[in-house]
Amino acid sequence: MPHVEHGGRHDGRDRVQHRAGLTAAVVLVSLLALPARSQVTAVSGAPLVVVPEPAAAKPPVPAPVPGAFQAPRPARGLIWKDVPDDAGRAVDLSWESSPDDGIQLVDGYYLMRSESPGGPWTLVDSVTARVATCRDQSTSLRRDVAYFYRVDAYGPGGVTPAGSVTGPAIASSQWFNHTRLSVLLLTMLFFAFVLFFIQSAQGEGKKPFLRRIPGIDAIEEAIGRATEMGRPVLYVPGVQDIEDMQTVQALIILESVAKTTARYETPIKVPVSYPIPFTIAQEMVKSGYVHAGRAEQYDPESVQFVSPEQFAYVAAITGVMMRDKPGAHIFLGAFFAESLLLAEAGHATGAIQVAGTANAGQLPFFVVACDYTLIGEELFAASAYLSGEPKLVGSLKGADLMKIAIILLVVVGCVIETFGQHGLTQWLATQ
Amino acid sequence: MKREIPLFVTAAVGLFMILSFFVPHQAVSVPADFLQQSAIIIVAFGIVLGGANLLRVNLEAVVRRQPGWTYKLVLIAGLVVTVALGLIEGRDFQAAGTRSTWIYDQVYSSMSSAMFALLAFFIASAAFRAFRIRTTEAALLAVAALIVMMGRVPLGGVLTAGLPHELRIETLAQWILDVPQNAANRAILIGAALGVMATGLRVILGIERSYLSGED
Repeated sequence: MPHVEHGGRHDGRDRVQHRAGLTAAVVLVSLLALPARSQVTAVSGAPLVVVPEPAAAKPPVPAPVPGAFQAPRPARGLIWKDVPDDAGRAVDLSWESSPDDGIQLVDGYYLMRSESPGGPWTLVDSVTARVATCRDQSTSLRRDVAYFYRVDAYGPGGVTPAGSVTGPAIASSQWFNHTRLSVLLLTMLFFAFVLFFIQSAQGEGKKPFLRRIPGIDAIEEAIGRATEMGRPVLYVPGVQDIEDMQTVQALIILESVAKTTARYETPIKVPVSYPIPFTIAQEMVKSGYVHAGRAEQYDPESVQFVSPEQFAYVAAITGVMMRDKPGAHIFLGAFFAESLLLAEAGHATGAIQVAGTANAGQLPFFVVACDYTLIGEELFAASAYLSGEPKLVGSLKGADLMKIAIILLVVVGCVIETFGQHGLTQWLATQ
Repeated sequence: MKREIPLFVTAAVGLFMILSFFVPHQAVSVPADFLQQSAIIIVAFGIVLGGANLLRVNLEAVVRRQPGWTYKLVLIAGLVVTVALGLIEGRDFQAAGTRSTWIYDQVYSSMSSAMFALLAFFIASAAFRAFRIRTTEAALLAVAALIVMMGRVPLGGVLTAGLPHELRIETLAQWILDVPQNAANRAILIGAALGVMATGLRVILGIERSYLSGED
């Protein structure tokens, strides 16, 4: 597990420590697709003179120019196949190209669909010459409805007078996506690890060992420093909405931070970028003050909604930094391009800065510009670390065990792949 | 009951959404889609709460003539004017030539781009601090950064053009990106992904319940 700590200017020297561990990614994609229903039916020889109904979203197909060229001979052997492991919203089609394909008589193929073998036909897609497969996943396709498909070759001489027809083709939904079996098994294994350690921590009633995380310890130090300076604490819970787990985690940690600021009687400012996290942040800060026994000191205006717009949010926060000069800046959550803008603006004010994110691309910016940085999973360990509750700490042990399992899987996968066996890789692959 | 019902709803919906990842059948996928769309609608209503807070806090600051109240006045004016124009222009407020579009293109986009452009200066100042060689680790960081930067510009290629392919600076730069950087990056991602799953499981099972507010 890589770990980077940046001891900042406050102790008079810069320290950058790198412990880089090598882990390979697990590619989760699989092969265990059930054989889908497939059927080859008729190849029609009857002449079909149909003007295709152009689908609105389809690219324009050049109009056939009759005259010097003859219409291409038809494609043959149209086959349909229900796309497996889906919700019944797609059908795969393949055919044998027209014998005229490749000699300038074929520009491409129209894929037509109808609810009866006699039409009327609707154009659902088109492909260029030398392509003999197509997937119908148009929004008009309904599951469990019998469709007939026809493929017409077209070229400078016009549309083929007879297309190959197949059907009835039915797109049906499945109860299990077999390509995700590996994900299901690994998820169940992970949940089992977590639940086991939670259970054993609960049974023993004592907190399992947890290594020291300097970044989390630094939060209290930062609040203490702000208190000594008589300045507020600025807490930024990221720029994502509540559906991002980093935002959830940042809001969970906010309660502990608010509890500490309440204990130290230091004001806290929490600018929030989305409305739902805003209401939750209000509750968390209030809860922190209540738990610290300082409910009367809670200021409802300490949490402010700013803007979901990324740079408007940044402008507002940097404004707070420059005007109010908070003594401590805590950036925890999901950050993107604004990470360095915030951290550098904060650095210019001389405040102690603690940051944490799981967005790997932003970590270098925080490491450089902040005094302490929580890297990836450390952010998710923070609530357990701060609360010290055995059940929460137990879940971290489960995650650690899963990491060992993944490392073993990666090593075994590398060895197997080296010997040319792809079974494990293919089983882990998902769609 | 004030806590039990939300915990039950969280657990039921959370487990159902996990199930929907593995079950594509319409009996599961349709309700799952509905729940996701409902979440979007609830979030849209939430913007009213946010807007109300924004107005209340800033109006109060203007009325009390707090420091920087003029900025807050500009914010309120901007908010009111933009919303009013959007309401007047109706459904087509985003069409070309509308006043809302003009505000977006000429005011918002320009200011947003200006904020983003500041990043160039901040990167320079941050890089200056990052590459000061004071420890062995900082030296390694600086050397790796130098190789990657030189490998990305034509000058680096010209300087090492006479060397075998394996020793050219662009090859070394690509190796640093593909092997050590990628390995560390993936390790962080795997750890973070497990952290996300563990947090999700704690929330679903009601072990992590501080988000329900602190009044036990």
